Parts: sequence; C-alpha cells; structure tokens
Amino acid sequence: MTRIRRIFAVSAFLVGGFAQAGQGPVTLLNVSYDPTRELYQDYNAAFVKYWKAKTGVDVVIKQSHGGSGKQARSVIDGLEADVVTLALAYDIDAIAEKTGLLPKNWQSRLPDNSSPYTSTIVFLVRKGNPKRIHDWNDLVRPGISVITPNPKTSGGARWNYLGAWGYALRQFGNDEAKAQDFVARLYRNVPVLDSGARGATTTFVERGIGDVLLAWENEAFLAIHELGKDKFDLVVPSVSVLAEPPVSLVDKVAARHGTTAVAQAYLEYLYSPAGQEIAARNYYRPRFKEVAAKYGDRFPRLKLFTVDELFGGWQKAQKTHFEDGGVFDRIYQPGK
Amino acid sequence: MEECLTGSISLESERRTVRFKRPGILPGFWPALGFSLLYLSLIVLVPLSAIFLKTATASWAHFWAAATSPPVLASFRLSFGASFIAALVNAFFGFVLAWVLVRYRFPGKRLVDALVDLPFALPTAVAGIALTSLYTENGWLGRLLAPWGIRVAFTRLGVLVALIFIGVPFVVRSVQPVLEDADREIEEAALSLGANRWQVFTWVVFPLVRPALLTGFAMAFARGLGEYGSVVFIAGNMPMRTEIAPLLIITKLEQYDYTGATAIALVMLVASFLLLLGINLIQWRSRRFAEAA
Repeated sequence: MTRIRRIFAVSAFLVGGFAQAGQGPVTLLNVSYDPTRELYQDYNAAFVKYWKAKTGVDVVIKQSHGGSGKQARSVIDGLEADVVTLALAYDIDAIAEKTGLLPKNWQSRLPDNSSPYTSTIVFLVRKGNPKRIHDWNDLVRPGISVITPNPKTSGGARWNYLGAWGYALRQFGNDEAKAQDFVARLYRNVPVLDSGARGATTTFVERGIGDVLLAWENEAFLAIHELGKDKFDLVVPSVSVLAEPPVSLVDKVAARHGTTAVAQAYLEYLYSPAGQEIAARNYYRPRFKEVAAKYGDRFPRLKLFTVDELFGGWQKAQKTHFEDGGVFDRIYQPGK
Repeated sequence: MEECLTGSISLESERRTVRFKRPGILPGFWPALGFSLLYLSLIVLVPLSAIFLKTATASWAHFWAAATSPPVLASFRLSFGASFIAALVNAFFGFVLAWVLVRYRFPGKRLVDALVDLPFALPTAVAGIALTSLYTENGWLGRLLAPWGIRVAFTRLGVLVALIFIGVPFVVRSVQPVLEDADREIEEAALSLGANRWQVFTWVVFPLVRPALLTGFAMAFARGLGEYGSVVFIAGNMPMRTEIAPLLIITKLEQYDYTGATAIALVMLVASFLLLLGINLIQWRSRRFAEAA
C-alpha cells in the first residue's frame, strides 16, 4: 500500500513539477467541508485579486468539498492539500497525528484557535413552526421528528449532539446521567441518520421528512434564502454550542509544491477586514467586532458555550462520546 | 437408450480425466491462460490481499473486538439476512419474468426486456433516492401502505426492497438464455410420453434451468451483500437496526479506524467467499446431475 502510495506521490510530484516548470500560475488546493462551498467560491475570487495586486502572480485555487471526516481521510491517504479548512479541530488533529504533514501545535499558529469565523447550531422548522419548537427541550417531546446526521461520520452532527448535551448539562445542573437520558430521548426522535450535513439538509428540505432540522447556522440561512422564505423558519434556541471550524496550512505538502508563502497568505487574508466581510456575507459569524456589528442583526444573540469549556476539548469529547463503545453507541444499545 | 447415450458417456468420461492442458482446436492456450491469471491478479487478487495485509498489521484483540461489537454483529445479520431473502425473492420472480420473456409474445416485450437491465445501469444512489421518495409516508406508495401500518422507508423492509430492486436483472439475465436454448422437443417428448404440464416443469424444464437459476441467485446475493449506494438512502441507517455492514465500513473509515473497517471487510469477504463456493458446489453437482440424466 505505502509503496503504491509512494509511486503515486512521485508521479504526482513529477507531473506537478512539469506543470510548474512551464511558469504557469501557482495552484493551491483547499480541502474543505460541505457547507463552505459558497463561502470559498466568494473568498477565492477575492483572494486571487488581492494576491495579483500585491505580488503580480496569478493564483488558481482549487476546491474540494465533502464530509469533514472524509476530507481529512483523503488528505491522510494522499490528497495533496496545501491548506485544509475543516469542520472541527479533531479532523485536522487526525491529519497531524497520522501523517506528520503538519505539526501537532497547528492550532496555535493562527489567531482565535485558527478559526477565522465561527458558527453555531440552530433549528430549521417548517413555515409557521406548526409543532411549536422553540428550544432543545422541545426536541425530545414525543411525536417530534428530528433530522440530524450520524455524529460518527459527520462533523456537523457532532456539534449538534454536543449542543444538545450542553443544553441538558445546564438544565439539569451538570448531571451527566440526566444529560445522557436527554440526548437518548432526542435520538429516539430521529427517523434517519444521514452520513453528512448536506445529506440531512436534503432529507429535510427536498424530501420533506421531519419537523425540525438541526443545522449549522450558515446552512440554515442558505436553505432559507436559496429554497424559499415561504417554506422554512429559523428557530434560535436559548443556548447553543460555539462551532469553531479551523483552518491550517499543510506544511509539508505546501513546501513540496513551493506554495508555502501563498498558502499562508491565503489563510491570513481570512482574518483581514475583507475576508471577514466575505465570511459574514456567507452567514458565518466573523471574529472582527466591527464586521460583526455591521451584520449584527443577521446573527441572533444567544448564549454560546465552547467545546473546551464543557467537554475539555475535542480529543476528550471524541473519546467519551463518539468512539466505538462511547456514549453515542450506548444510547442505541438496549439494556445499557 | 443405451446405444444413443454412448456418445455422451464417452464425452463424460473424457471430461472426468483431469488434464491440465486439453489439446484444443484453438491456438494460444498459454498466452490466454497467462493473460487471464494476470488480469485476475491485478483486478481481484491484489486489492483483496491488500485487505488481508492491512488486517495483519492489527492486533488480534483489536480485530476481534471490531468484528464482534454489537452494532457490527447486528449489521452482519441484516446484510446477510436481507441479501439472502432478497435473492430468494428474486430467484422466484426473476424466473417468472424470464419465463414470460422467453415463452410468450406480447406487445411491448422488447421494452420490458430492456427495463430489466435498468437496475444494472442506474446509478445506485439514484435508485436509492427514487425508492426512498416513493416509500416515505408521504410518497406515492408509502401513502398507500401507511394505513395498514406498513412502513418501508427507514426500516429493514426498505433495505429488502432496495436489494430486490438491484438484484432482479442477475436472475433474469442468467436464466433467460438457458430457457431460450432449452429444446422444446424434449418437453414435447415428455408430454407425448404422458407427463402432465406440472411434471414436465418439475422433471424436465426446472432441472435444465436450475444451474443458471443458482448462478443468478448467487450473483444477486453477492451483489446484495456489497450494495451500498441505494440502501443507505432508504435504510435510515439506525445503529443496531438498519445499519448495513458496508455502511459500517465507511463509518469506521470516517473515524480513522482502519483496522475496524478492514476487520468487517475481512469477515464479509470470507463469509461471502464461503457462501459463493457452497453455491458453486451445489450448482456444479446439479449440472453434473443434469448432464448425467
């Protein structure tokens, strides 16, 4: 396997080398997750202009999207990403750990835990909110059908799950057993577990299944704006999880491609006023207060907790909840 | 009887003497064999041995834990059970379909014939999405079944429906040519010797078709085991209930649990190989039986 991979890598390198020898434009590959398609389409166009103006060099940015875990696995298996922009730190940790293509302290290299924009988990309901769903505790009522993907495969679904768990912890005075019972009841109301966030959105929006979709805020806005304001309403719960999708340079790949400088600039530009504007326009919460203020009414205020606060970081949350035999497995096994 | 059978008996005896290279009329035996073996190795054996190698890197304890955890066992039961039932259903209805297509003439026959291949050609995801939207409670068919309390989408029944859909061409396409080649004169002879229609079917036609039917069954079964695209849409993918084994492989991969994924793959591989080998043996025996009769 590794040998085959090496042959592939070498041939890819040779092909890449020949392409570079022609003094064509610099190519960057950004491996990202599902709901950032629209964000990076906008952002790439802006960055290409910015980089041309600054250095006179043309950049071509290629995008790859898919479930966050799947994308990380592609990079581990040899997809030559110069930068990764994924749904959760755990996935980039996995790349660092399995391949050593980037250092383990990658998350401390850029401001704000390497998350230039944030998001949160909100509810999308049918127009007029016929089932009167207002907060997390409405999701466990009998007869409510909740759509959320499988947290074992979907990054977004893990945020959903942790959002519910965090709400329950606050509600029941940090009683873990009660929180588990709450989350188990919630998942009993889930009729179908899609493998990714986009799949769940399709199930809810196109196939008309379920009363409420747990979704990324940006994905929920997109569904409303693209598919009609007359069909869905957005419901903001009292409290939710602060989702921090991180970005990172893949050091060794970029070094091999000779793209380190431009890749670094690509990520840093996300933190510029222009980059923050683009994120906000695409319904991601900007880190910059000024930009956030400008789009203030777009992002409803709610209490947000972070994974570090409540779960002691992603590694720990992953181990306790989503690993085989973890809490998520247990809530599906009778008698445990 | 004795005399007219001598020809076939001598053929039979010649076939029994196992010789590696039978002198044939066609030249190029060695290049052909060499090419076949190379092709088989590159396309089938190398990827399969990669699975074995990958598993060999893991500890036995990890392998065993991954292959016998409750969700994995539940998925094996579902995958093997649903594929088996679906293949049985297809063996019956596929046979009927092949029979109708071969023995009767009716308007639109060519169209029906072409429709049979559709599950082969259709991307499985398309099939899965189409079936799901048909069978959900507000879909065309689901709406009719709901009053009886029958739910298809997001249940095990849904898995079965998807597997039946993708398996049917295998049976039809393996039985059809055999039925077409079957000598009508043998049936007429049986009829003229006083057999009734049912006897002709059970004693003459069915033994002729049985090996092909078994082939079709085996292929439909094997396809059902490996099917992923169409099933994941309609199954609902609930742990312990409607998670098929191939989905669990993907799930393990997404969790970076390569050992777990290959453990499931290996169990599937060995089990399906043994099952297919068994079916082939039955088929081999029944073909010999058919030839000897």
